[in-house]
Amino acid sequence: MVAAPIRVQSAPFDMGAELNAFSAAVPGAGAIVSFSGITRDLATGDLQAMEIEHYPGMTETALAAIRTEALDRFQLIDAMILHRYGPLAPSDPIMMVATAARHRADAFAGAAFLMDYLKSRAPFWKKEITATQTTWVAARAEDEDALASWSKPDHTTP
Amino acid sequence: MKLEIRYFAWLRERVGTSAETVETEAATIADLIAELTTRDEGYALAFSDPGAIRAAIDHALVEMDTPLAGAREVAFFPPMTGG
Repeated sequence: MVAAPIRVQSAPFDMGAELNAFSAAVPGAGAIVSFSGITRDLATGDLQAMEIEHYPGMTETALAAIRTEALDRFQLIDAMILHRYGPLAPSDPIMMVATAARHRADAFAGAAFLMDYLKSRAPFWKKEITATQTTWVAARAEDEDALASWSKPDHTTP
Repeated sequence: MKLEIRYFAWLRERVGTSAETVETEAATIADLIAELTTRDEGYALAFSDPGAIRAAIDHALVEMDTPLAGAREVAFFPPMTGG
């Protein structure tokens, strides 16, 4: 069975199994790129958990729109996005994207595009929890800059 | 006009609720914010930095001057931090 191309779930996932399943269902592909985001510990090393909140309904709509744009823009054969929500432990996989194309440049660019868009345009919010405080992660100006770079004329690679 | 309003992340925490139904005559997102801000300190604090607020109408991101006509659900939240 081919997995749904957009999944938003609280359950953990197996990156290797997901990538194998994706790779098995992309006829004609010559290149597959995947990216996985991992729950990063704080510089102080005391992250107990990360809580991810999202906006059910809008999340799926936003991810589907971003995927459709990537498929079209980079002539991808297929693309998948999986993103978790709820409590995560340090080092837990948070999310992954995978792209398949005939050639590597499109697969790489498609994956970078998916990441830049979903970081700032998909309704997820991260909260870092330590023994003494909880802190909402602030959006970074670099992330908006990365997004803006895709709007330049004829821009197809970062 | 009856609107369902959703709040997320620190906006939800400051406002003190995740969802509510309001009756409003506000014409735009900005008008609705101005109206909500007058309610109490929590709302005032939640909306105190306009640059840190994002809004959606019926699951689509919108600008502050977007009209509310025809809207069913409005959401307010901070800049997104996915990935």
